[in-house]
Amino acid sequence: MAEITVREALRDAMAEEMRKDENVYLIGEEVAEYQGAYKVSQGLLDEFGARRVVDTPITEHGFAGLAAGSAMAGLKPIVEFMTFNFAMQAIDHIINSAAKTHYMSGGQVKCPIVFRGPNGAAARVGAQHSQCYGAWYSHVPGLEVIAPYDATDCKALLKKAIQSPNPVIFLENEITYGYSFDLDDASIDDIEIGKAKIARKGSDVTITAFSIAVERALQAAEILSKEGINAEVIDLRTLRPLDTNTIINSIKKTNRLVTVEEGWGVCGIGAEICSLACEQAFDYLDAEPKRVSGKDTPLPYAANLEKLALPSVEDVCIAAREVCYKK
Amino acid sequence: MPIEILMPALSPTMKEGNLAKWLKKEGDEVTAGDVIAEIETDKATMEVEAVDEGKLGKILVTEGSKNVPVNQVIAVLLEDGEDAKTLKDYKPSEPANDDAGKDKKEDKAATPAPAPAAAQPAPAKALAQPIVPVVNSVTSQNSSVTASPVAKKIADQNGINLASVKGTGPKGRVTKEDVMHFLSQPNSGSVVNRVADEAISIPNNNIRQVIAERLVASKQTIPHFYLSLDCNISDLVKSRAQINDAAPKDESGRPAYKVSVNDLVIKAVALALKKVPAANASWTDEAVLQYNNVDISVAVAIDDGLITPIVRNADQKSVLNISSEMKSLATKARQGTLAPEEFQGGGFSISNLGMYGIKQFNAIVNPPQSAILAVGAGEKKVVVADNGEFKAIDVMTVSLSCDHRVVDGAVGAQFLQSFKYYIENPATLLL
Repeated sequence: MAEITVREALRDAMAEEMRKDENVYLIGEEVAEYQGAYKVSQGLLDEFGARRVVDTPITEHGFAGLAAGSAMAGLKPIVEFMTFNFAMQAIDHIINSAAKTHYMSGGQVKCPIVFRGPNGAAARVGAQHSQCYGAWYSHVPGLEVIAPYDATDCKALLKKAIQSPNPVIFLENEITYGYSFDLDDASIDDIEIGKAKIARKGSDVTITAFSIAVERALQAAEILSKEGINAEVIDLRTLRPLDTNTIINSIKKTNRLVTVEEGWGVCGIGAEICSLACEQAFDYLDAEPKRVSGKDTPLPYAANLEKLALPSVEDVCIAAREVCYKK
Repeated sequence: MPIEILMPALSPTMKEGNLAKWLKKEGDEVTAGDVIAEIETDKATMEVEAVDEGKLGKILVTEGSKNVPVNQVIAVLLEDGEDAKTLKDYKPSEPANDDAGKDKKEDKAATPAPAPAAAQPAPAKALAQPIVPVVNSVTSQNSSVTASPVAKKIADQNGINLASVKGTGPKGRVTKEDVMHFLSQPNSGSVVNRVADEAISIPNNNIRQVIAERLVASKQTIPHFYLSLDCNISDLVKSRAQINDAAPKDESGRPAYKVSVNDLVIKAVALALKKVPAANASWTDEAVLQYNNVDISVAVAIDDGLITPIVRNADQKSVLNISSEMKSLATKARQGTLAPEEFQGGGFSISNLGMYGIKQFNAIVNPPQSAILAVGAGEKKVVVADNGEFKAIDVMTVSLSCDHRVVDGAVGAQFLQSFKYYIENPATLLL
């Protein structure tokens, strides 16, 4: 299998969909002339022209609203936010213009829009540029929220997101843009929105994670296996709708749950999953479900503090050992 | 936060106990499950197991202290990272079952609050450590033991009482592994399923009440003594077979009669009573009433108890008559259709448990009668014959219970000798 970076996978996903459907267009800051702030849209302007790859002024509220309206009118916009922190400027359009429209119009008006961009912590970019929005958007009915990790999933799910008639929040990660993975082209069509995957099979504890936390979880599983704890790692891939089936079946097998996310724990994705575990797998739990998350503080700027504020591999191991009643 | 160790309630009604012995001293490490002290009540001495972990920080009730109320703090455990300094400002909390104004220092010698509600151990604030919980139904009791949901599920499925599973989780929680380990132990096969309701209540019907009254009165007022005798019934058995073989049979092959050993016993008793009429009598304060008729009460087991229908003038009736009369009386007894004169009266009783294999027993005299013969099962025995050789015979043990006011030992013995003669010589029953 060929190796590909996440960046390239995302670009290829957009390019393939833009080739298939001329209503698909990309809009955002620096997406055209600059080839993308993170070079995700490299080469797209050359292939598709300025009508399909649109540079905007620095006005998220403006171009998000514009794109949402165009989606209601029949186009299929991909809106790139330089990070999802800036999307807060546009959040009224994301929630009230895009997410709620299908419902409020009695099904008559669709909004097939994709909002994508880096989410969560990068490297020393400060608190205002490091928030994870997975929980915020997953809270809202009317949105699909996707947070894939490896290249194959990124490509497959971005394509599915663009094809989806629903407004989709597509959460990427700046650090993993440069990660290389095997690209499993053959499985691309089979990967669906709303389906998690078992990234590592295990029997002793279920560890759920999404985006870059999947890397932490897999590294923790490796360490734990040497201690005799056989962890099952679930890459959630989609946050809304959560693949509850996969999670619950795993808990029924392992009797234990540890959720991992980089964002804050309070009212986070982990909180939702732990709650579901109690509701749907109560009698199978041998210990309390545990959440591993970023510390409850705006993310520090100093490198050492930033590291401490984000969940480490050892944090995951500690939680797993606790629920396994092992020191 | 220091963990308080409280005086445990060793039974639901225990109010106080003596702290007999400390098995740990201040500074010792304590893990869940360690025996830390011995508590004495007036019933027993029990061990106290620690539920929490830590270091024994301070002993507040010394060895030998008596009348320590349940729930009083007897010691304090320091958790990880705490040391003696943590105890400087420590004040033990009031035992949960105290009256509002009571000073804690008086508790050691004082008796706890008399109100029954206050004497209940383990209210919400400070739980006394359970030692041997009263075993109730598996699931309802399991719900009060700290265990993970899946541990409870597995325990319930296998009928395991969680209180008997050692919990190794935090705060003594029983984990799945604990239950699985318990299951894998060899003696876990002897799983006990206890029914929640201790007993069902069967209301006493008339017969039960009458039996109770009469037999209690009998045992309390009659001076009983007991005589036993073995009878060789080999010939009786043969005779009975002969009698029954001779029975004419109807079209469907049913015999006209079937004589039981008990029928023959009744006849033998009747004849013996004629010989020893002193055994067929009743006590009154002024006189012993010796009956002129031989009326024999025969115990018959029925659904709710037993009843004694009477064969009147049994000495004058043939064995066949006795047999058919007994059959009809027994049927009526089981149907509950005996007339009063059919079971009220009689001068002597017979009770036969031979059909149940009972070898020997002593029955209770039915007042106003003075004696009752308890008949056991016949069994083959090897005895030494007159010529010194071994032979096998059928032996039946009979036991006579006597009212000593009426029947002395010699009289009772004479009666039994007479009975033995008749029963060992069945031809005499033809007379």
